[in-house]
Amino acid sequence: MIGIIDYSAGNIRSVKNALSWIGSESRLIGEPRHLRDVSGVILPGVGAFGPAIAELERTGLADAIREWAIERQRPLFGVCLGMQLLARRSDEDGEHLGLGIVPADIIALQPRQSARIPHVGWNIVEKARPSRIWGELDHATCYFAHSFHLAFAEASDIAVYVAGKTNHGEQFVSMLEHDNVMGAQFHPEKSQSDGLAILRNFVDAAQSW
Amino acid sequence: MVRKRLIVSLLLRNGLVVQSVNFQHTNIVGDPKVAIEFFNAWNADEIILLNVTRDDNSTSAFHAILEHVARHCFLPLTAGGWVRSLDDANRLLRHGADKIVVNTGAAQRPQLVTELAQRFGSQCIVASIDVRQIDGAYEVFIDRGRTPLGSTPEAHASRLAAAGAGEIMLTSIDRDGSLQGYDLDLLRAVSAAVDIPVISFGGVGHWQHLVDGLKAGADAVAAGNIFHFTEQSTRAAKHFLRDAGMLVR
Repeated sequence: MIGIIDYSAGNIRSVKNALSWIGSESRLIGEPRHLRDVSGVILPGVGAFGPAIAELERTGLADAIREWAIERQRPLFGVCLGMQLLARRSDEDGEHLGLGIVPADIIALQPRQSARIPHVGWNIVEKARPSRIWGELDHATCYFAHSFHLAFAEASDIAVYVAGKTNHGEQFVSMLEHDNVMGAQFHPEKSQSDGLAILRNFVDAAQSW
Repeated sequence: MVRKRLIVSLLLRNGLVVQSVNFQHTNIVGDPKVAIEFFNAWNADEIILLNVTRDDNSTSAFHAILEHVARHCFLPLTAGGWVRSLDDANRLLRHGADKIVVNTGAAQRPQLVTELAQRFGSQCIVASIDVRQIDGAYEVFIDRGRTPLGSTPEAHASRLAAAGAGEIMLTSIDRDGSLQGYDLDLLRAVSAAVDIPVISFGGVGHWQHLVDGLKAGADAVAAGNIFHFTEQSTRAAKHFLRDAGMLVR
């Protein structure tokens, strides 16, 4: 059973539909006590950083996710905005503190010639190193829709966390994995076979954790 | 590099996919569920589902369809029609949309775009602009092409981008259903006026028209009518784009 965090700013249904397609049961998590009995948690996301983190803090879900990932070391997969929320802080529309699970900050993608922002569309995720969510895949073509990206200040953290990279005018972190904490800047639930494979890899990892 | 997108645009009237010529709905194509199943399997990059029913009582029926088709759609699904408020947008997202299209609501009140962007992020907001040529000059029309806005497409696109839109969907009403190809002058002008992605729509009668649109500056090319009546249509279009040297998925 996979828990999907429901904080009324996500494309919750898309994630649930994709899990159902790959044969995984899932449950929406609207309050902390619903986290019992799940093997892995997905933090989805379509939305702006500020309202999303405010809602997670208000409902107590923020503390519950921190406890899940940091104290209990259980499998957590942040998707798009959900991955960004794992960071320490974001510059999106003012400064906001994140969940602080990943030692990175969220900054704006820079517009360049032939790289319009937002970065919307299908792009290549290059494998930085083998990992659980990569599974058997060598690379992936996935759907992105974002204006901000995750940046690490320390080279040592890059080596530990970054699982995949993508180029849109500049190279940015598109997939991360460190022990029980995983994330994708793209939408695996909307990336056809490659995306569904990545979701399945997370589900398999969570179920055998 | 981000791939150029091929988008299927489905117009729904009273729950059925319709063909459109100059924004007049001609014949009924059929069931949106069947259409989306095919395009999901035929390598399309995105689906835009617009409720063009001329009656805002149609929204709950549209939500039911959206919810149903989203179940088996593992492609980005963008939805719009009758979006006038945050609540309207939120309902579309809750029923399975990944992005929201706004048109008349945003033209009447650009602040709506800002409110949507603050809540859902700019990447979630597609601002749609419908354009007609009047005495040789381009003019934006709202209310499904019935009412002139009194603005040029470039000025309106810039205003929507500044308000927080993440993409512009640009439709030529004159070319809609014409099979004559996109209005490339219009596309070039709007594409140069904004630095957010532009989706071109209206007039595709041959796959070469998709190539022309991408060469004129579109980040994504959309079509509706042409995809409906041939097997593997979107797959064939993608092959054509690739053979023409376009960077597609």
